[in-house]
Amino acid sequence: MEKLLLLLHTEDDGSLRRQSLEALTSAKETAEKIGADFYLGIVGNGAKKSTELIGNCGAKSFAVLEGNDFSVPRYSTDKSAALALIKHFAATVVIAPNTSRWARALPGATFQAGGRIDTRVTGIATDGGIQIQRWYYRQRMLATLSRTQRPWVILIESGIFKAWEKVSVQVNVEEVSAELKPEMKRTESKGYENASGGEQTIKPDAPILFVAGAGYMKKQSDGKTHVKEAEELIKKFLKLSGASLGSSKSLVEAASEGAEVISIMTHMNQVGQTGSTPRHQKGLSTCCHGEEPHVIGWRFINERRAVNTDPNCGWAQGKTDVLYVADAFEVMTKLNEKWGQKWGQA
Amino acid sequence: MSDFQIVVCGSLVPDPLQTLEPLSGATAPSLKNEMMLPTILDPWAAHALYEAANLAKKNQGSKIYLVSLGPKGKLQQLMMSVAQKVGFELIAIDGSASGFTEPYEVSEVLASAIKSIPNLDMSKLLLFGGCSSASRDAGVTMQLVAERLGISDFFLGVDELIIEQDGKLTFKERVEAGQYLVSTCSAPPVAVGWSTGTLPVPPNNPQLGMMNMRGVLPALQKAKSVKVSAEGVAYSKVEQPSQRRDTRIVKDTPVETIVQELVEWLRS
Repeated sequence: MEKLLLLLHTEDDGSLRRQSLEALTSAKETAEKIGADFYLGIVGNGAKKSTELIGNCGAKSFAVLEGNDFSVPRYSTDKSAALALIKHFAATVVIAPNTSRWARALPGATFQAGGRIDTRVTGIATDGGIQIQRWYYRQRMLATLSRTQRPWVILIESGIFKAWEKVSVQVNVEEVSAELKPEMKRTESKGYENASGGEQTIKPDAPILFVAGAGYMKKQSDGKTHVKEAEELIKKFLKLSGASLGSSKSLVEAASEGAEVISIMTHMNQVGQTGSTPRHQKGLSTCCHGEEPHVIGWRFINERRAVNTDPNCGWAQGKTDVLYVADAFEVMTKLNEKWGQKWGQA
Repeated sequence: MSDFQIVVCGSLVPDPLQTLEPLSGATAPSLKNEMMLPTILDPWAAHALYEAANLAKKNQGSKIYLVSLGPKGKLQQLMMSVAQKVGFELIAIDGSASGFTEPYEVSEVLASAIKSIPNLDMSKLLLFGGCSSASRDAGVTMQLVAERLGISDFFLGVDELIIEQDGKLTFKERVEAGQYLVSTCSAPPVAVGWSTGTLPVPPNNPQLGMMNMRGVLPALQKAKSVKVSAEGVAYSKVEQPSQRRDTRIVKDTPVETIVQELVEWLRS
């Protein structure tokens, strides 16, 4: 029988992010379907307290690893902590959220545990054992697979499962320790900084993704560029709607090529082949003409609409639900006016 | 200033503009006409290579090795363009570059090739690669190579590496919600999975290309043949997503009408 460990980490403030609660739902459902024992391990600042916040999850037992060495993300110590929990429970299957912290550290922990790992998993089926679904070739192929090696570590993407409803229940929590050698502390965390110089434009939980394309940099109908005006329009829309900002590759790369740029745009905003593939309910694309590489960035956007001046662009070919053939500057100006008059800021 | 030994792991992937079709195989799936598909250097690995070149330029005496696993013939074609971008010594390994191979096996091959580099000095080693590949897209191979080489410091999704005056290395790693995690490591060896970095693609330099090719061709000739598969993995299905949407094209319509429709949709 499989022994299933749900491996979570807390945030720096001791909270559990939504993605962790989604992973909890997936682990619990999987354990129930395959008849496995289900255990919970949490690493990080305030791990013990956070365990009680999800004490209603039905895990057979709980263990944590906390303390200064595990309070901030660091490959070597996170790897060691995860390995200690995997060994503590003698887990054969490990489910964890695909956060940046675990994506960095769990491959190393899996290697040390003699297991195998699958990341960015978008589905788990349980017919005749565990089968996972994940994408290959940057969202161009979806595979279903299983593995014989154990422990099998599975990192679940966000937005796949419902977040677990927390109910505080007092539970018995074991404190586990991990072996920390001096060379594991060669790296020191210096904290966080915003990629876009103060303005937070990437919002994974926003219902809307707003994507700006390179068309904003080009000469408009008056024969001039209006980059600063475009920046103001975009900023205003983001403020009013609360949308997350995405960008095409060509727009973010303009900065490194020395062109006049939209200052809030960085490589972090880029969606597509070498960018991210965010998950939002709705996506509005403006001044974008990307075809297949751009679609990759929109793979997990449910409802899509686009505004640009070319009815024959890649987006018109079955990739978006509605294509408005219009000047994005005009549309965004009026859209901001209308939104502001009717609802104010989101 | 320090002199580094920078080892970049990077291989070929199908050109992103190509339509890919999966084929089922006896052990693992493959791509239809895989050997005929035009290829590029894996985009994130390419960024790692450009960052390596920039670092080597600023730190005299540094050397760059490009460790590449792929079919020999395809690697040769790829090197014709890559060799014109930056200077490096190629360590070629003749084997599959498929996304359906297992990173555990690939890491063993890469680590073994890196260990075979003459006079490799671990105290100067910067192990670079992409934060994930455009084929398997797993983001785990570099950690596995680091583990096999005994490197205990790894950074994922790096956009910037700063060599401080005292020789410490500061990394900016992409984390959630558009933020960077800033960390400092006391010294090499370190392993780095690069994101897009901060540098533009270097222009082609035919002269550099010719110089590189003098080393590339012998490296390809002595490339060791290896077998990498996906031991223990059973693929039950590989399919292309159905993506065709019934697009409604709205044109010759007043902006006010478009805006009204957009507002209603966005607020619904």
